Amino acid sequence: MICAGTGCVANGSLKVKDAFDKELVARNLQNEIKVVLTGCNGFCAKGPVIVVYPEDIFYQQVRPEDVSHLVEEHFIKGRPVQKFLYTPPAKKDAIPVMNEIPFFKHQVLRALRNRSLIDAEKIEEYIARDGYMAAVKALTEMTPEQIVAEMKRSGLRGRGGAGFLTGLKWELCLKVKGDIKYILCNGDEGDPGAFMDRSVMEADPHSVLEGMIIAAKAIDAHYGYIYVRAEYPLAVHRLQLAIDQAKERGLLGKDILGTGFDLDIEIYQGAGAFVCGEETALMASIEGLRGMPRPKPPFPVYKGLFQRPSVLNNVETFANVPPIILHGADWHASLGTEKSKGTKVFALSGALNNIGLVEVPMGIPLKTIIYDIGGGIKGNRKFKAVQMGGPSGGCIPESLIDTPVDYENITKTGAIMGSGGMVVMDETTCMPAMAKFFLEFTEDESCGKCVPCRIGNKTLLTILERITNGEGREGDIDLLLQLSQQVKDASLCGLGQTSPNPILTTIKYFRDEYEAHIHEKRCPARVCTPLVKFKVNEEKCKKCGLCYKNCPVGAITWEKGKVASIDLEKCTKCKTCIKNCRFWAID
Amino acid sequence: MSCASPCTTPKQVAIPADDGITPEMYRKIDVIVAAHKDKPGSLIPVLQKSQEVCGYLPHSVQRHIAKGMKISPSVVFGVATFYSFFTLVPRGKHVIRVCLGTACYVKRSEEIIDKLKGELGIKVGEITQDGKYSLEAVRCLGACGLAPVVVVGQDTYGDVAATKVMEIVKKYE
Repeated sequence: MICAGTGCVANGSLKVKDAFDKELVARNLQNEIKVVLTGCNGFCAKGPVIVVYPEDIFYQQVRPEDVSHLVEEHFIKGRPVQKFLYTPPAKKDAIPVMNEIPFFKHQVLRALRNRSLIDAEKIEEYIARDGYMAAVKALTEMTPEQIVAEMKRSGLRGRGGAGFLTGLKWELCLKVKGDIKYILCNGDEGDPGAFMDRSVMEADPHSVLEGMIIAAKAIDAHYGYIYVRAEYPLAVHRLQLAIDQAKERGLLGKDILGTGFDLDIEIYQGAGAFVCGEETALMASIEGLRGMPRPKPPFPVYKGLFQRPSVLNNVETFANVPPIILHGADWHASLGTEKSKGTKVFALSGALNNIGLVEVPMGIPLKTIIYDIGGGIKGNRKFKAVQMGGPSGGCIPESLIDTPVDYENITKTGAIMGSGGMVVMDETTCMPAMAKFFLEFTEDESCGKCVPCRIGNKTLLTILERITNGEGREGDIDLLLQLSQQVKDASLCGLGQTSPNPILTTIKYFRDEYEAHIHEKRCPARVCTPLVKFKVNEEKCKKCGLCYKNCPVGAITWEKGKVASIDLEKCTKCKTCIKNCRFWAID
Repeated sequence: MSCASPCTTPKQVAIPADDGITPEMYRKIDVIVAAHKDKPGSLIPVLQKSQEVCGYLPHSVQRHIAKGMKISPSVVFGVATFYSFFTLVPRGKHVIRVCLGTACYVKRSEEIIDKLKGELGIKVGEITQDGKYSLEAVRCLGACGLAPVVVVGQDTYGDVAATKVMEIVKKYE
């Protein structure tokens, strides 16, 4: 099984597949060993990733030129190749078996149940893993009311961010009378740092379709759209293939499986606008208009796409539906906390050793995700904060690292569950600069319809810019807090109502950094260039000479046993010295 | 009290006198419009396909589409300027996209942009004099495991160092 997710393809996994095909033919093994391209395995940082079944051996970072050696050792001599096995950081012994690797051990795969097990482009393989069984059950044995009741009992909440009860949404729409209703799938995964929906669409497109079929039956819709970002060409390709295959088999189209139920699903490609992740904006976009949100109510379950009752769910939500129908609500609710049931997929990125996609039970402590699954912080740096929920979310500091990960507890910290992006930051990240980064994003992506978001975010950004430029004024922190609250209260849609969250949480937990920027004109993380002095601190300097050896312009003078010094005339402020200094000795 | 956010002069985009749109391209656009115009909500797919034909969407093309679909040119312009996928200026032969998503930002992708700006002598959204490269900053490409990410044309490069980015770019002639 060779991973063919976007990450591994970029690392050359398709070339590895070709090399395998050639090698196996050369050794006349092509009938005994089957090479399969799968969707994203999740352990993206270690690509290209290969898993060998039935032994469950996990290989990482395999290059095409290594394939011959790997085939010889593993398949002929029967011993795993040490070189490509995973070795945990700071440990000596490699772990050959995939499910014993800490990254995989703590995971419970439900939405990602077919991960690394099927070829995403073959419907037969999905069906072989109980695929479409739930759709058959829903279409032949269940009434819409029964489906809705089961979904409500399962406690599944929308995985797109807001966490609305999926069953309740369906029930509201079911009760609305209307001859035309729409079932919509939100694949406009816009949060930077989130890629779980891309992975589901690429690795298991049929699970999304099956979830939509069940939902369509529940609300009595006969037409559906999947809205996918234009940035995800592979997802569009695989979804289209899945739709075509499902149609061929009579699982989509007219009179599905002879039950008399009709459903057509079409893919709609987005054109690059973050705000289109908001449901009313997404619908405006499908209608061919500028993707601008409109005030709610009326809610889309009453008046949605083309003014018709519509249900919009996120990709991951739909992927969760089939197993619930198949195994029952109690099975789903057996994992998780009181109000957050089941599992959630998170995209781990940033300053971690193990980067990738993980699915864990709700309520797992943040610490387990970061240290056990994520393998801790890269390069012996210190953990500073984790950013959850993208530009709408916030930072959670080290003091709250024992927080259980579920909707309620994350919201209490000031961050949000969001779609599940987790960007981990170490001590080299400057919090005011981080907040500025997010505000640049929201200012740019604000659609401009309502004033608080359009002008409020712009003004917030201006204040953050002057703080990070060393021109911060007395009272700026209070001004930020006050204005943030106003933007949150007065904006029309979710974008503006949440965009100040990064500011509010960074001030709440890292106020000292803002104060250092404003009062002392100092950037503790040495990120904001105008505030960095590029002067060696003689007390902290350990005279190791690393800065001297790495300076690209020769601006540093150093001799063995002496403190280094920087020639500001020559210095280009590239910060290479700061990155290399282990002792924070450059101010 | 002075205004906290003084307005800056909007960037003037120079529209070339000859927009390079051939009669053949217009014919292809007509085919696209004819295939879509009876379906509600088809303006965005029409613009996407037209951009594939022409490489960009100059005003002349927008007006042509508006006429074909029997809608106001202002609606077309409104949609074309709203979405970042559409460009009103030509793109370079090779489009360099630098990801500015959170994961890439944390790994200092801004330094990559600064390096490219300096080396190519253009700003984000511009095209080099010889028409070879254009530089774009994009929001998360969903390849956060590889951060920081640079995409040249259709090829994705992961774990790119600012000091090494020109070696990648120079591979594209």
